[in-house]
Amino acid sequence: MRVLSLGRWLRAGRVPPRGRVRLNSGHRHSGHRPQAPPQGPAQQKVSVEVLDHLEHLALVDFRDSEGVERLQKAIQFADQLHEVNTDGVEPMDSVLEDRCLYLREDDVTEGNCTKELLENARETVEEYFVAPPGNIPLLKLEEQNTYLQGSK
Amino acid sequence: MRIAIGPSGSRAPQRSAPAPPAANGLPPSWPPCQWRRAVLRQDGGARPPRRRKGRGLSAGVRWRRRRRAGRTMLRASLRQVSAALKEGRVTPTELCQRCLALIKSTKFLNAYITVTEETALKQAEESEERYKRGQPLGILDGIPIAVKDNFNTAGIETTCASNMLKGYISPYNATVVQKLLDQGAVLLGKTNLDEFAMGSGSTDGVFGPVRNPWSYSKQYKEKSIPKSHSEDKEPDWVISGGSSGGSAAAVSSFTCFAALGSDTGGSTRNPAAHCGVVGLKPTYGLISRHGLIPLVNSMDVPGILTRCVDDAAVLLGSLAGHDPKDSTTIQDDFKPFELPNLTDVSKLSIGIPKEYHAPGLSSEILAFWSKAADLFKNAGAKVVEVSLPHTRYSIVCYHVLCTAEVASNMARFDGLEYGHRSDVKDSTESMYAATRREGFNDVVRGRILSGNYFLLKQNYEKYFVKAQKVRRLIASDFGKVFRSGVDILLTPTTLSDAAPYTEFIQEDNRTRSAQDDILTQAANMAGLPAINVPTALSERGLPVGLQFIGRSFQEKQLLTVAKWFEKQVQFPVIQLEEVKRHDSGVFQQQKSASFS
Repeated sequence: MRVLSLGRWLRAGRVPPRGRVRLNSGHRHSGHRPQAPPQGPAQQKVSVEVLDHLEHLALVDFRDSEGVERLQKAIQFADQLHEVNTDGVEPMDSVLEDRCLYLREDDVTEGNCTKELLENARETVEEYFVAPPGNIPLLKLEEQNTYLQGSK
Repeated sequence: MRIAIGPSGSRAPQRSAPAPPAANGLPPSWPPCQWRRAVLRQDGGARPPRRRKGRGLSAGVRWRRRRRAGRTMLRASLRQVSAALKEGRVTPTELCQRCLALIKSTKFLNAYITVTEETALKQAEESEERYKRGQPLGILDGIPIAVKDNFNTAGIETTCASNMLKGYISPYNATVVQKLLDQGAVLLGKTNLDEFAMGSGSTDGVFGPVRNPWSYSKQYKEKSIPKSHSEDKEPDWVISGGSSGGSAAAVSSFTCFAALGSDTGGSTRNPAAHCGVVGLKPTYGLISRHGLIPLVNSMDVPGILTRCVDDAAVLLGSLAGHDPKDSTTIQDDFKPFELPNLTDVSKLSIGIPKEYHAPGLSSEILAFWSKAADLFKNAGAKVVEVSLPHTRYSIVCYHVLCTAEVASNMARFDGLEYGHRSDVKDSTESMYAATRREGFNDVVRGRILSGNYFLLKQNYEKYFVKAQKVRRLIASDFGKVFRSGVDILLTPTTLSDAAPYTEFIQEDNRTRSAQDDILTQAANMAGLPAINVPTALSERGLPVGLQFIGRSFQEKQLLTVAKWFEKQVQFPVIQLEEVKRHDSGVFQQQKSASFS
């Protein structure tokens, strides 16, 4: 059967290049290489204070320059959202927003599984999970010996 | 030589007695094994023994046939093997043992993290008892199934391929796992994935990458350029896609008949396309997520991976329905259905979204997509071009929403109640920070930090709320298209066939996800059901699939169309050396792809 090109169904042919999603150019092994994305205006670098704040919020560290670079690229990628006009559009939390969330009866149907739940914790005392002392904030940036301190 | 149709449908040549008998009275041209059973005729000739009618076979013949059937059962579909179990042609224990043996011999694929041998054999024995009594629990009784390792399974280690949950033994079963076990399915083990289901290649878990079974298939080896003359050199293996790569590889390599995956941005359909299996993403809210370790609560669904569309319908029937433990499941009654055999597609309207002709789409896949559209048109369906204008922003929107929800969902991993715990004891916060530093890999940490950035007070409106608004635009795009009379959308699933591993890891996880999820995750945005149907083999001998997207909660229509399409394309069976060694026959004749 003669191969009919998809152009018959896609009158416009390829998606017009304006406003194309800018992906970091990957290497497509099947030989088709997309063009390198046009660089936007110079990205405002995220300040060290914000990075430190993020580390405190997330309790996860950047570890090295690659981590920070990753965040920069993620922000640059997300900035494409601002091209879309969303005036008068309500944010969507869930695809099931048209349905009512129901409540079930306030009856206890399950529980009494203390033993099973405690089995997975490493440090327990009787029926308590043991945590190190609280109300001690993480070291401030100046006192830390992490990557961000070195990059300041 | 006469060709006669034997009882199993295979064509076995039967020899007629040609030459006159030799001095000892036996025909000389027959092989020795036939002589003893030959029946001498009055004219001095001989004919081969006719099979006795009825069930008068000797025990030895019956045993040999059952053994041969057991080997070929591995390649059968779920419904075929269920029928065989019911008729007693194979026992659940035998089936389970064969699957476990095949898992051992295909260990190099790294599809499984945990193989639960003892529990599986115990479940198989119980199933055998039920069959002996004539009281099987249902169509899934005795069927070996694998489950992705981000579903909680009681008593079995659930790791999500992460150091954070290494050694974590779940205290409960996820609802979908419980439903499968209640119907008598045999759980073979937990399959490999990307860490916490973040990725599109199944390459980023702590247990190593999953290899695509097609890398070792005859079809791929014949087409791949030999790197050296040495036979020992391993071919450049290709990725299985992700993040449910282990599940897809398990189904594709015949180690199980169905597997559960999860689908947040295409994580079931992408590996299904790369491994040549059917991958179904049900409508959001149809199947319970209780027990599925969440990635993005508003988009996650448990995914179903099987070898054919009928099997996917069977599994959907067993799993779908309201669950009081998951408040995001709809309360409507779900009735399991049998797929009709569609013969007339003239009332169908197929939409071809033009924006899915994305940059980077390989010309091969474009050709297959075009052919599929022609197939529907020639069969009488109405095929129209439609527009989903916000498609190109869906991947950006997904990136923001996913990282934001991930930042929230990963906050539960602090080492206190379960999972890895660091030895740092100075303070709670420092212990949490150290645990999370040790437990998560770069990908997870990167997403958590990006998510926290988008959720900062100064960025909340700019990124998170904006992304939610764009999500509404994307969902309403689909709504408009379906309201205009289109029943099903036909799109490619991936931009190209599976990439070699060495090439795939050149780019980082986020870039790859952004590239590979581009065609699949809009369906997650809108919560619509979608299915990947393996279509044909690419030039490199690797599978390529096409995706059908349907209306919300209209899985029956979607699967009916997918089944019709599957029948038309006749996707070839993978020819794996491992399984071939055990196979002495083919359970079902499969023509090579009439679609390529």
